[in-house]
Amino acid sequence: MIQFSGLLSQILEIFVALAAAPLLTGWVNQCRAWLQNKSAPSLFMPYRMLHKLFHKDSILADDASALFRMAPYVVFGCMTLACSIIPTLSTDLPLSPAADAIALVGLLALARVFISLAAMDVGTAFGSMGARREMLVGFMAEPALLMVLFSASLITQSTLLTEIVGNLAHRQLAIYPSLAFAGVAFTMVSLAENARIPIDNPTTHLELTMIHEALILEYSARHLALMEWAASLKLFAYSCIGLALFFPWGIAEASNPLALILSIPILTLKLAIGGSLLALIETCSAKMRIFRVPEFLATAFLLAVIGMLVHFLLGA
Amino acid sequence: MADLISIDFILLVAAGWLVIGCCGLLALKRTVFVAHVLFPLGAVLGATLSFLGIVSSFGPPLVATLPLGLPELPFHLRLDALSSYFLFVFGVVSVGVSIFSAGYFRKGGGTPPGLLCFEYHVCLASMALLLIADDAYVFMVAWESMSLTATLLVTTNHRIAEVRRAGFLYLLISHVGALALLLCFGLLQANTGNYTFANMRLQQLDALWASIAFFLALFGFGAKAGILPLHIWLPEAHPAAPSPISALLSGFVLKTGIYGVLRVAFDLLHIQIWWWGATTLAIGLATALFGVVLSTVQTDMKRLLAYSSIENIGLMFVGIGLTILFRAYHMDALSALSLIAMLYYVASHGAFKSLLFLGTGSVLHATGERNLGHLGGLIRYMPRTAWVMLIAILAAAGLPPLGGFISEWLLLQSFLFTPGLPNSFLNMLIPIVAAVIALVGALAGYVMVKFFGIIFLGQPREAKLYYAHDADNWELLGFGWLVAACILLGLFPVHIVTALGHVTQLLVGHDIGPAVANNGWLLLAPVSPARASYMPVAFVLMLAACCALAFLLVRRLYHGRFSRSAPWGCGFPFQTAHMQDTAEGFGQPIREIFGTFFKMTRQLPSAFDKEPQYKVTIEDPFWDLIYRPIAAITERTARFAGLLQQGRISVYLLFSFLTLLILLLLVT
Repeated sequence: MIQFSGLLSQILEIFVALAAAPLLTGWVNQCRAWLQNKSAPSLFMPYRMLHKLFHKDSILADDASALFRMAPYVVFGCMTLACSIIPTLSTDLPLSPAADAIALVGLLALARVFISLAAMDVGTAFGSMGARREMLVGFMAEPALLMVLFSASLITQSTLLTEIVGNLAHRQLAIYPSLAFAGVAFTMVSLAENARIPIDNPTTHLELTMIHEALILEYSARHLALMEWAASLKLFAYSCIGLALFFPWGIAEASNPLALILSIPILTLKLAIGGSLLALIETCSAKMRIFRVPEFLATAFLLAVIGMLVHFLLGA
Repeated sequence: MADLISIDFILLVAAGWLVIGCCGLLALKRTVFVAHVLFPLGAVLGATLSFLGIVSSFGPPLVATLPLGLPELPFHLRLDALSSYFLFVFGVVSVGVSIFSAGYFRKGGGTPPGLLCFEYHVCLASMALLLIADDAYVFMVAWESMSLTATLLVTTNHRIAEVRRAGFLYLLISHVGALALLLCFGLLQANTGNYTFANMRLQQLDALWASIAFFLALFGFGAKAGILPLHIWLPEAHPAAPSPISALLSGFVLKTGIYGVLRVAFDLLHIQIWWWGATTLAIGLATALFGVVLSTVQTDMKRLLAYSSIENIGLMFVGIGLTILFRAYHMDALSALSLIAMLYYVASHGAFKSLLFLGTGSVLHATGERNLGHLGGLIRYMPRTAWVMLIAILAAAGLPPLGGFISEWLLLQSFLFTPGLPNSFLNMLIPIVAAVIALVGALAGYVMVKFFGIIFLGQPREAKLYYAHDADNWELLGFGWLVAACILLGLFPVHIVTALGHVTQLLVGHDIGPAVANNGWLLLAPVSPARASYMPVAFVLMLAACCALAFLLVRRLYHGRFSRSAPWGCGFPFQTAHMQDTAEGFGQPIREIFGTFFKMTRQLPSAFDKEPQYKVTIEDPFWDLIYRPIAAITERTARFAGLLQQGRISVYLLFSFLTLLILLLLVT
């Protein structure tokens, strides 16, 4: 039933995601440093960081329960699975029928719930504050993401990511009004979900403003490494969803090994451009007060809904 | 095998429950006997019932007449696919609750255990009868005995004034609803004087009377289910009742309302009109959003779950509304799909919400606290309960791979595949409705993280929590049954969806079962595999493989060493349990965003207070909007009528005389 080529592209995708995710984080950090006139860290800095963290002995808080130790593996597993069902390199994925766009959003939500629960486990003020803020961002970003995916699936009459991407790639080059709205909404959601400026600052440890860092404050060594790697995978996953929905060209299709090989440099190019744009957005905007985050996300949500509405009104 | 089943078996189970109840009455104060013999026996009967439900759902409808009831009007019974499905769900929920109850009820104030056992089993028996009733008379008898026993069960701790008040409120709203039902059945028989459902199916009411009948049914059954604005009893009754009773109330008694709406709208009425669907959809959405928002700001764990039940009921009504809408436009496949989503929700909600309420029972036993502000850190003292609750909250938050996710997935699918309704206004509403559903789903996740995080995680907020003990074996057995239900519902949806085909065939005349079963038991694809599919087993295996591989590789390539130390307090050495988020704190963002949804009064300390106190109370706005005005009007009218009551014979004689005079005037 499952083709060998499908299996190959599936395995290749997982490995590319695992390997490229820290690289993407490194690239964004590098671009940001350049834009801010700082000397940039190496592109491979995240790998060195992971390597160092994996070697260290983990320190757990006195009262940390098994849930706390389990969460990094669950979050990491969720993100890996998410990356393997998003068509990053090829639309010929045997895993694709196992989870469609709604299941993908569910998977991301599962990871969010686990990371929030783990943050509440030790019982420090920062942990529960981070959990609350993460859930605040999540409850508005998650439906917005779902609406973005729905806009695409209404156009293509399918909720399967591979079908959506395959279908979108074969359309002629035209701006779909519903996808334009969805694209703006998706950018806003991705910024929020990946703890980027203007919602959160990935480099801060300033207590009053942090979200993601507050969640993983109690983690150390291998657990922290997994959490950081999972965060990179999440950024990679979101970037790839965006690329797949809005720039679906160059993703290989079934039984085309040449396209599969070609798709890797194309993906690298697209991610390099996307990553530098992300760094540009982060450099140009200021961090928002936490009270204004709901407005930002509500705008994203509304734009995504308008995107869907436009589809029903104009039929495109 | 299906032809071996007869209605007598269902009746035998109900009779068995009645016998167990009577045994309870005979052994009024013998707690151990009642708990460890009678309740488990009831659970065995419940399991039998769910088995009968499964088997009979594959057979043709069965009819029977019992020589009971009024002269000229014997009890008519009928067992069809809809009844079978609800009997199955009911059986599953009742087993979990009964086994748990075996460990839960102990000596204490309030109703003696034997009487409680009687009330509980009569309630179960009347629900079983309700589901197979085939005439209005037996339906109302079963309905009333269910309402009455449920009220008595809610007021188990009747020495507390609040509990009595909650019981009264429940009784009142049930009966206002029951009145509407009586009127509804009166309309449905269309002046034939024949109150059997068989006769009602034959009647062809015109659109106006059919609409009135439908809305009376929506009101009457909605009062039982808890739709806006009739939900007001839910957050009062659930905290008042003992936890297994709350579990039964939320797990199944609410669903009898859903059953009733389905029975009237699709079986007894011969037409469905689009604006019924639109109204039901709107009510459902409002209920769901209101329920989930109020649920996030609660501080009492059972009240939180009660509001969450309101949300779930709202989503079920959204499903009913969609089904009616599609049915009215003759899109039978979509109608069947949304009906299946709704029915799936009934089962998964029955499993996870009962489980959550039972969990609060164990917590309540162990700590004596219902207030989230006094709990915390229980995963260390009650680990087994905590892990069970973790599964329950994941299911309740609608996360894969558990049961709650499948029903939300199916519901969203039925939206996405709307090819375009003939009414363009409705068409434009579809994305908005989908957006609200997605928002409600995400907020449910917020609620569940709050529920679990505040109760089970963090540091204990009170010293007594250090002595909390875990659930006993009976309670764990009850948990285990319902956890299994949650997981199986999540992993094997194809079997259930296929079986539900019989129900949709009966109600909307379309069966998507064979198409779904065609793809094999692994792949759930309600329309076609190219449009949408989900493979729960593969999904779980892959997720487990990813997590396990990550774990093994980290252990193999690196190490598993760790040491313990105090948590990092960012340099502040005096961390206490009170610095964690409280329930109020966790709900704060929602209070800010959805402030218009509720009535909030805040007491803020001034800068000069020696002992500053912060207090925030949140009230359901419907008290002020509807119920208090009604109560005030009733009181004023009563006072006006009271003017007549002077207490002097001469005045009353004067009234009689005047009446006589007026009557004479009228006659001449």
